[in-house]
Amino acid sequence: MTTLTSELASEAPREVLREHAEDAFAAELAALAAQDDRPRPERWLLSPWAVATYLLGGELPDGTVITPKYIGPRRIVEVAVTTLATDRALLLLGVPGTAKTWVSEHLAAAISGDSTLLVQGTAGTPEEAVRYGWNYAQLLAHGPSRDALVPSPVMRAMADGKIARVEELTRIPADVQDGLITILSEKTLPIPELGDETQAVRGFNLIATANDRDRGVNELSSALRRRFNTVVLPLPGSLDDEVDIVTRRVNQLGRSLDLPELPGGAEEIRRVVTVFRELRDGITTDGRTKVKTPSGTLSTAEAISVVTNGLALATHFGDGVLRAGDVTTGIAGAVLRDPVADQLVWREYVEGVLRERDGWKDFYRAARENSR
Amino acid sequence: MGAEVTLLGVRHHGPGSARAVGAALAQLQPDVVLIEGPPEADGIVALAGEKDMAPPVALLAHVVDDPAKAAFWPFAAFSPEWVAIRYAVERELPVRFIDLPASQSLVAVQEPDSGAPKDPIGALAEAAGHDDAERWWEDVVEHRTPDTEAGADALAPFAAVAEAMTALRELDGNNRRDELREAYMRQQVRAARRAGHARIAVVCGAWHVPALASMPTVAHDRALLAELPKKVRTEITWVPWTHRRLSQHTGYGAGIDSPGWYHHLFTSTDDEPLARWLTKAAALLRAEDHPVSSAHVIEAVRLARTLGVMRGRPLAGLTETLDAVRSVMCDGSDVALALVHDRLVVGDALGEVPESAPAVPLQRDIVRLQRSLRLKPEAAERELALDLRKELDTSRSLLLHRLRLLGIAWGTPSRSAVNSTGTFRESWRLRWDPEFAVRIVEAAQWGSTVEDAATGKAVETALATRELSELTGLAERCLLAGLPAALPPVMRVLADRAALDTDVAQLARALPALVRALRYGDVRGTDGSALDGVARGLAERICVGLPPACTGLDADGATAMRAHVDGVHAAITLLEQGTPSEQGTEAADPLADRWAATLQSLARREPSAGPATGVPGLLRGRAVRLLLDDGRLDSEEAGRRLGLVLSMASAPADAAGWVEGFLAGGGALLLHDPRLLGLLDEWLTGVPGEVFTDVLPLLRRTFSGLEAGVRRTVGERVAAGPLGAAAVPTAPATALDQVRADAVLPTLTLLLGLPAAGSARIHRQPDRRSAS
Repeated sequence: MTTLTSELASEAPREVLREHAEDAFAAELAALAAQDDRPRPERWLLSPWAVATYLLGGELPDGTVITPKYIGPRRIVEVAVTTLATDRALLLLGVPGTAKTWVSEHLAAAISGDSTLLVQGTAGTPEEAVRYGWNYAQLLAHGPSRDALVPSPVMRAMADGKIARVEELTRIPADVQDGLITILSEKTLPIPELGDETQAVRGFNLIATANDRDRGVNELSSALRRRFNTVVLPLPGSLDDEVDIVTRRVNQLGRSLDLPELPGGAEEIRRVVTVFRELRDGITTDGRTKVKTPSGTLSTAEAISVVTNGLALATHFGDGVLRAGDVTTGIAGAVLRDPVADQLVWREYVEGVLRERDGWKDFYRAARENSR
Repeated sequence: MGAEVTLLGVRHHGPGSARAVGAALAQLQPDVVLIEGPPEADGIVALAGEKDMAPPVALLAHVVDDPAKAAFWPFAAFSPEWVAIRYAVERELPVRFIDLPASQSLVAVQEPDSGAPKDPIGALAEAAGHDDAERWWEDVVEHRTPDTEAGADALAPFAAVAEAMTALRELDGNNRRDELREAYMRQQVRAARRAGHARIAVVCGAWHVPALASMPTVAHDRALLAELPKKVRTEITWVPWTHRRLSQHTGYGAGIDSPGWYHHLFTSTDDEPLARWLTKAAALLRAEDHPVSSAHVIEAVRLARTLGVMRGRPLAGLTETLDAVRSVMCDGSDVALALVHDRLVVGDALGEVPESAPAVPLQRDIVRLQRSLRLKPEAAERELALDLRKELDTSRSLLLHRLRLLGIAWGTPSRSAVNSTGTFRESWRLRWDPEFAVRIVEAAQWGSTVEDAATGKAVETALATRELSELTGLAERCLLAGLPAALPPVMRVLADRAALDTDVAQLARALPALVRALRYGDVRGTDGSALDGVARGLAERICVGLPPACTGLDADGATAMRAHVDGVHAAITLLEQGTPSEQGTEAADPLADRWAATLQSLARREPSAGPATGVPGLLRGRAVRLLLDDGRLDSEEAGRRLGLVLSMASAPADAAGWVEGFLAGGGALLLHDPRLLGLLDEWLTGVPGEVFTDVLPLLRRTFSGLEAGVRRTVGERVAAGPLGAAAVPTAPATALDQVRADAVLPTLTLLLGLPAAGSARIHRQPDRRSAS
């Protein structure tokens, strides 16, 4: 089990399946805070420079290595952090699997030390989730008072001067979305029942994520849209970047799932990412052959889950080596969203591209077997 | 010594450098200004002070005998050199350009003008720990507004740059070309001293500063310069330039990516260049229907500033500003941002040059025409629709066509919605490229007016052309450009080439362009009789040569030839329509008849003893179809031929080809004549299994070429049951009501533009699609 020990995993209680960012990277955050001598906005635990370093990775003067949390253009992180420092709200846009939630969690953890003030947007998100609700027992026993009030995560963030997060903002019904306008422009949340209000203190801000691929969502009203600075998170620019992202995440996930690091991993990750990128871009990496594009997004997040899945298969049912057969099932599952059209796309790709490729013989055979 | 020489090292296009030079000159009060540039320009530098001179402009030097050898020295409003020129010209100080004369540098250097051996600024930035040279330079030089307040030394920045460059040059060797240039510059500085100037200001690229600071002996420089080539005769002038061309890596100095942005930085006089620029961006986005409010501008300014602080820059630079525009105004979209980049960061500015600037006679003629035809050269692209029935528009069209012949593609013909409605309309896309200045100089060798030059160029091109179709294309262009003088020589060459050419395909390719040209000639009132003669001669040759040329072709050859047959058919039809009907419509038209006879003979040449002995099925089928469309065969005869070719005796592959040729470009025929469909169906069901596999691709191609509606109906008919003579009649069985049918005819006659009613005999119109 030596592969499992890491300075991060050993500190926190092991029962938790997934730790909050601020706990998982507590050591890095502490090191950054200790050596951060730049001005910090009020109630920020780190200066904007340090927040950017936390996300992008780097080495501190005392030698502490900060692991990169986001691998992608530096510009994006800088704009995101700066936006939060100017007290404008931040909207992270992107297709599924471009690390929107991941970035928002780490931003909140680095700035406020608390990534848990979270509202998950769904079609059924009620107004209480962004404003406040009532504890009815209290309300009936003692009448309306602050004690009977159940504040939402957004309200708590306002009171404490922290970062609130709203996931999948565009899934929230339009009327509930618009409840955010007062909060973002007036920085206050009126409580008419008590003739009172909660005013946001300095340090409060909001990060929302939304997915620009889905249909049937509630478009933001322009009044609300205007309160946000928008940052679009792109799909990884190069094969190497994407392999890097997948490798890192697979290792982190593997640790929390007690999966050992297997031989053959690096090779298979590269192949999985190559297949994903080729299908997504509609052209092979050498730029010579066009391929059809399937209906699914084929995001990096899906590649990560394909590899993790493959690791689990190889560990529990295989011979302890990650082989092509362990990942091709997952790939076919990710590609075949539409049973008819995607089946054709995948077959053509397997027969037309994979078969001819040098050194991919095992992969081709496994892919063929799985697609039958 | 006595004279005081101050070296101002600059980056060629940089607002910060420009400001610094301005401040330094104001402090120095020099009595002569030396600038890196071709000394031939000394004589025309005074024009820079004229009212009509507006940057961006460029000095254009070219070799008189070989105008293609040319070089540009562009100047924008924010170029330090321009600031220095203006400073001197306004105070009537002498300006000297001190770089190598163009008369020598244009012939000496074959390698691309790379300036310094390596990017000196890049090396400096790297040393300072910056990965982006542009940004570093902006931070340390461009964004520093010189402190004009009392006590500040406007020369301090230049001293720092010079020091840095000295250190760099110790690391990096100089290349030969730069050594020569610097030797020449030193000579010029010495000359200025000898001329008795007391305070000499030298504006040159930062890289050259150390070389000019240390003066080796005169003999050393002389020895170096001895190896320069002999001078050639050159001419130099000012030409208008654009920001877009400044952003490319041509001419002298490195190209800059953001001329529009620099221009804004340099010209905005208030303290808020950022807010002003973002307001412009907002206005631009609004004009393109992006909802951008003033609140957006405010937020964008705040974001850009904070980003600048966050990135540790003295001021929000272009990167920060664009990041802010993208995040706040464009909803994160790069598409809207691309617009801002194109219009504001690069920009469309086009400079102006006073008329007194020296120009080649051709250039003057073009300017004169531009003025009289009210066509202003603009850098931004725009559409121009011309109505050739109007005199002004005809002249415009002639000018554009002539310039195109000269290789000056100011206008490119574009298709527009109205284009298809008549031949008297022409659509152009206009865009003036400063590069044209060189082309004009190049074209000047052909003549001193646009018409003369175009004529000369056309004749010379004709003599050098070998391909027949290119020649006819040229003839067409001569007609379009209205060059009657060019036409006879071009025609002579054309006739000679046609006579010698044995390749029918070549002839066939040439004919359509020629006939098109004839038709345009009519619209423009040019005399096309010479052209008509050549076209007819060509058509005759084709009629003779076509059947043998079609014999024994393989599948690919047949496909290529089919396109030619179609093209020639359309061309001949057009040629006949264009013929004035003096001979009377009854008189048999020899050409059309000869062509029909050719098609007949094509159709008859069956491969009786193997494919090499006859015309491929594709072409025979095509010939039958064309004859049928022209009404020279009736459908009964066509059906008989189809039956023959589909009978058991002929090879299925040949039969399938025949069907393809017959049906290409319009299968409605099959619907109108159920008998044809029946024959086809019968044959198809009779094809043996193994042969079916062979003909399947051909059939597939044939039927996929049919219109969707026809295909569907054919399918329905076949599915409905037995075909052939017994097919269910789909047309209404009732007899035509003759009277009611006749009532339509007058209107129809009017629509088709036929001679007045009564005798109107409506020809069967050729299927339009088959001509394409």
